[in-house]
Amino acid sequence: MATEPIDMEVAGMCVNEFGGAIGMPQLCGEWFGNQIFWLVVALVAIYFILSRIALPRIGSVLAERQGTITNDIAAAEDLKVKATEAEAAYDKALIDARAEAHRIVAAAKADIQADLNKAIAQADVEIAEKAAESEKAISEIRASAMQNVEEVAKDTAQAIVAALGGSADAKTVSAAVEARMKG
Amino acid sequence: MEGDIVQMGAYIGAGLACMGMGGAAVGVGNVAGNYLAGALRNPSAAAGQTATLFIGIAFAEALGIFSFLVALLLMFAV
Amino acid sequence: MAAEAHGEEAGGLVFHPMDQFIVKPFFGDGAVSWYTITNATVWMALAVLAVFALLVLGTSKRSVIPTRMQSVGELAYGFIYKMVEDICGKDGVKYFPYIMTLFMFIVFSNFLGLLPMAFTPTSHIAVTAIMAFAVFFAVTILGFVKNGASFLGLFWVSSAPLALRPILALIEVISYFVRPVSHSIRLAGNMMAGHAVIKVFAGFAAIAAIAPLSIVAITAMYGLEILVSFIQAYVFTILTCVYLKDALHPHH
Repeated sequence: MATEPIDMEVAGMCVNEFGGAIGMPQLCGEWFGNQIFWLVVALVAIYFILSRIALPRIGSVLAERQGTITNDIAAAEDLKVKATEAEAAYDKALIDARAEAHRIVAAAKADIQADLNKAIAQADVEIAEKAAESEKAISEIRASAMQNVEEVAKDTAQAIVAALGGSADAKTVSAAVEARMKG
Repeated sequence: MEGDIVQMGAYIGAGLACMGMGGAAVGVGNVAGNYLAGALRNPSAAAGQTATLFIGIAFAEALGIFSFLVALLLMFAV
Repeated sequence: MAAEAHGEEAGGLVFHPMDQFIVKPFFGDGAVSWYTITNATVWMALAVLAVFALLVLGTSKRSVIPTRMQSVGELAYGFIYKMVEDICGKDGVKYFPYIMTLFMFIVFSNFLGLLPMAFTPTSHIAVTAIMAFAVFFAVTILGFVKNGASFLGLFWVSSAPLALRPILALIEVISYFVRPVSHSIRLAGNMMAGHAVIKVFAGFAAIAAIAPLSIVAITAMYGLEILVSFIQAYVFTILTCVYLKDALHPHH
């Protein structure tokens, strides 16, 4: 603020001799004309700047951007459709590959199963042969053992009869022993 | 102090007029508070009502501004 | 009274919160006549230049992907356009340039006035009253031109009980004529009060003991003033839109 005294004539009614305000400067009538005049000038200037240059320009930029965005969205829609198609193709390929893999696995499994069955059958046959052989050997052994037992029994019986003082002919003793052994 | 009673009355009146601004403050707070309460209940509707909020605040504040104006007029213009 | 206070500058607190609103010639001294280039003129011109810089120079590239300045300009455009469209409806859009003019002028005057040593044109009742009365007369004339005598239906609240209607009509008429007064004083009062309060706190800063507090208070008030500057411009504009809507569609 100006502190040196200024000319009262120049300063007018609303300012004191130190350049300070008397009362409210807003209510000083002698400044109204000036402010109103320049306000109208300023508003008219802004109005012409806006309505002639700025607003049409900004409006067109916004419209253009809206158009660009709409186009971009359409392009994006296209790309999305393409992507969906590609995804479907990929899915299909995946399903095919999976089916193929299943088929190969099943074939391999069948082969293995066949080999296995053949091997099992062969093993069964061998086992059966071995079992038959063993059976035969066992029955032979058993038959020979039976015969030996019979002979021993006959000899033993004859010896016992002789020891007891009886005379026994071999035929009778062996017949008796056979009859005993069968019973 | 020349005992200027008109001046004294003007200053006292200005002080009294300023009390009116307290009422405007209560009113503005009421508007904003109720807006907030409503906005918390239904946040989706809040965005559309900000214009109404500011209009309400402006109307409530206008009355406080009137008392402020009266105070200023008493201080400086009487 | 204030003259005496100025005379006693020798001692005590010295602050004149109202001195910042004085209109004085910008070049030299002299009387202020209607064509003088004053500080008010200069700050209004700066507001015009700022509008020009933001909305014309900032958008000169017309780029689809906006620069910073351009996106601020587009934001302002979209903000006011949407306000006009929402409140006045589709047929209010042709008044959009006028409302945009008011908004840009007020918002830039308010913000430029916050610069230190600046002058705020919108803190003067003469300036805001001209704008408010311009809006008032424009809207009233427009209402009668568009709707003829049925514009008076604005005052006749047909949804109220019949007995209450004359009283309501009286209140509506009074409130209609108070509109320009409140419209102008709200803006000028807010601007003046904020600047005066900052100045008062600045005066207290001269006392060393409370200077830190005073500086904190100035900072806080300054922040509030930035908010108020924008909100008052917004409120002035939105009320203009509301009045315009009343003129275009007087029946509630």
